[in-house]
Amino acid sequence: MATLKTKSNELIHPMEHLLRMDRIPHIWCPGCGIGTAVTAFASALEKSKIDLDKVCIVSGIGCTGRVAGYVKLDSFHTTHGRAIAFATGITLGNPDLKVVVFSGDGDLISIGGNHFIHAARRNINMLVICVNNFIYAMTGGQVAPTTPLSAYATTSPFGCVEPPFNIPYIADSSGAVYVARWTALHIRRLTNSMAEALNKPGFSVIEVISPCAMYYSRINKLGDGLDMMKFYHDNSEIKHGEDTKNLDIGFQTKITVGKFVDRERPTYTESYKKWLSEIKRKK
Amino acid sequence: MKASTKGILTGTHNLSGNEACVEGAIAAGCRFLSGYPIQPAIEIMQRFLERAPEVEATYVQMEDEISALAALLGAVWTGKKGITATSGPGLSLMMEHIGLGVMLETPCVIVDVQRVGPSIGIPNSPGQGDMMQARWGSHGDYEIIALSPSSPQEMFDFTIKAFNLSERYRTPVAIMADEYVAHIREKVVIPPAKEIKIEPRNYYKGPKDKYLPFKRDKNFIPPMVDIGNGYKFHVTGLTHDDQGYPIMNEECQEYNVHPLMWKIRRYVDDIIEFQETKTEDAEVVIVSYGAPSRTALKAIKQARKSGIKVGSLKLDTVWPFPEKRITELAKKVKAFVVPEMNYGQIVLEVERCSYGNANVVFVSYAEKEVDNIDDLLSAIKQVIKEKEARKGIIEYHT
Repeated sequence: MATLKTKSNELIHPMEHLLRMDRIPHIWCPGCGIGTAVTAFASALEKSKIDLDKVCIVSGIGCTGRVAGYVKLDSFHTTHGRAIAFATGITLGNPDLKVVVFSGDGDLISIGGNHFIHAARRNINMLVICVNNFIYAMTGGQVAPTTPLSAYATTSPFGCVEPPFNIPYIADSSGAVYVARWTALHIRRLTNSMAEALNKPGFSVIEVISPCAMYYSRINKLGDGLDMMKFYHDNSEIKHGEDTKNLDIGFQTKITVGKFVDRERPTYTESYKKWLSEIKRKK
Repeated sequence: MKASTKGILTGTHNLSGNEACVEGAIAAGCRFLSGYPIQPAIEIMQRFLERAPEVEATYVQMEDEISALAALLGAVWTGKKGITATSGPGLSLMMEHIGLGVMLETPCVIVDVQRVGPSIGIPNSPGQGDMMQARWGSHGDYEIIALSPSSPQEMFDFTIKAFNLSERYRTPVAIMADEYVAHIREKVVIPPAKEIKIEPRNYYKGPKDKYLPFKRDKNFIPPMVDIGNGYKFHVTGLTHDDQGYPIMNEECQEYNVHPLMWKIRRYVDDIIEFQETKTEDAEVVIVSYGAPSRTALKAIKQARKSGIKVGSLKLDTVWPFPEKRITELAKKVKAFVVPEMNYGQIVLEVERCSYGNANVVFVSYAEKEVDNIDDLLSAIKQVIKEKEARKGIIEYHT
């Protein structure tokens, strides 16, 4: 994206029309992957040619939960874990909107896990971008349902003993129509996936593997944010169409990325509209 | 604004309270319901779904009550008027989003058809044990409006009133019904559309780039916009400024939360409604709401036959509490008798607002049928003998 100039020849950020510049600097730590995920999202908004007035973004609580506050769209920062439920109401209230839920692994998969699977089952028209940093970062580094076995966290001081969730597998088995996973350094591929999913009706999920340089990295001695970002990127293997049950992530193991699911299913809104008109016809 | 004629079943009907509630919602322009099945509120969801095709309403059964209210708030921001219906266990789960609804100043209507508790209790037995929960259940400080209907007709009327209040003050409004009122079947008169007053949403009309989601107008209420119209607004459940941006300091906490309290408190005289019967000369006033107010009206007739001057103050609005009227009456009457289908909740408010000027007798209907007049009558007969006001609440026991 080229640098832009205003009429008075001032340099302006090329994404200024997509971000709330009056809220910058943001709260994220140096080396965090959320920033690159947001950059990819902003590029995807342009690339998808979607009407920005008709896109709405909803976040829950946590580091990634702050995304809604920085993107210049109709945006909602809601309660912990309930972004998908809130977004369900938006998309049913006005089916012409494209709703994006941008939140973290703890928010979407732990406290919000039930809403995640049910929105996928109903095939609610929304794009869920889940930034997975393997830990609860905003509260200071507690174990998450995505923390790999044996990884340390403040609440798993002897190494995590719970097996983690495989997010693409949950999404796939619950009925999502589009499932992809990239790391925060796969910027071009991540952008393409986001742009593709923005134009796809139905429940889409994109998992973004992101370093948490402040907590996950420190407690597990994994270097700085850029080291981690490179590690995730270089240790990933692109396998489009891979069976989602093979996508488990262990502690510092290989990470399989790619687009795993791309299928068609009627959305809740389509089925509901069809039902309404059939009933009316019979009456 | 007058109601749209679409879907309004003008005429006289025989409806249950739950059915009347749905008709009230449709008359008020409600076109969205998100809920989760629970007794004794389920007929509200079922009837709404039956009526949905005609009025092109949207219905969704969510995975729990937490998401039911979350989805409702989301739908309201797209311009819909919305309702959800539940009972005590569901209301407990909704507390999280009552808080969010208050913080985002989102108009919506929550019906609580109360059953007995605690916990699962008896799903089809009437109770009034959620009155304090409705007022104080969500964390932090907030004000809320709660209405309490005592008949199917009032279920219809109060549902319209609840929508109007929620739009006028941009706040969630609770309808605190009970199983008795929800399931009793009575005559309900639905007026013609032109006689039904509907409060329109207070929409922002200025330039798009100047819109601030929490900037208060001259009436102290911030005008709204719908999602999808290019305003690119931001709202958050965090403490925020007019722009909806989070600001984490004490000044902003005061700037944000003070108006949330006072936008209700300054309008209590407009919000609060009650019905008084024979209070002019009354020595004893029965203060009641919901199903027990039906018993109260029968009791004052009986008591007057035996020469005791008894009146009734029926609370249509329970929250905000009609403090002023209770305080005024306390100076005139010997005693208040408060029948409730719980172990004492609103009676605490009556006692607080009496300032020791009148005796306050509590008659619990938690363990007896709500149409039992005898206990109410003997409580009145007993308290009339008291020479002076006693401190605290007098509990009446059979």
